[in-house]
Amino acid sequence: MTAAEIAVGVLVLVSAFLSMAAGIGVVRFPDVLTRLHAATKPQVLGLATVLLAIVLQVPTWGVLTTVVLIMTFQLLTQPMTAHMLGRAAYRSDHVRRDLLIVDDLGRDIAEHDQEPDLSPDR
Amino acid sequence: MTFLALVSILAGVMFGIGAIAALARIIRGPSILDRALATDVLLAIAICGLGAEMAINRHTDTLVVLLILSMFAIVGSIAIARFMAKQDAS
Repeated sequence: MTAAEIAVGVLVLVSAFLSMAAGIGVVRFPDVLTRLHAATKPQVLGLATVLLAIVLQVPTWGVLTTVVLIMTFQLLTQPMTAHMLGRAAYRSDHVRRDLLIVDDLGRDIAEHDQEPDLSPDR
Repeated sequence: MTFLALVSILAGVMFGIGAIAALARIIRGPSILDRALATDVLLAIAICGLGAEMAINRHTDTLVVLLILSMFAIVGSIAIARFMAKQDAS
């Protein structure tokens, strides 16, 4: 049992724990936005730890470059997914407004609806 | 039993709990957005599971699968979110 083996084991366990936490959060949380908060953790951090474990186990340049590519694509695409899901949830009233503390977007939309002539370029 | 074998059992149990919880949300989910989100979580857990299996068994056979999944996981959720109608409750 070497130090690298222990590091790989700990990293894999962190990723597995994050995945379990995301699953439990997706089941337990009350609406789409809070579930979004729970669900986006393993998609980035869990994947990062598991990719680090792969690099530790097979430390070659080919694996390292592929891992960097995978992480780059994940970091590019997952925020877009989360943003689009949250936007669709807000627009289609799947948000529980009694759970919101501050609703900046609602305030902005209300202001825009009151004075539609001040922004003719939209 | 070696250390990594023990780690693989523990990680498998935790990945399994997460995947079953995401499946429960896919089945129960009140709106289609919940289902899309839970599908994303299930896919992320699958990606992490594939990577963990590679790290534990010390090979890189499915690294390309991870690359393709991380590139194209975006398509389904964005299509659902973009083309969702306002009255679509299911």
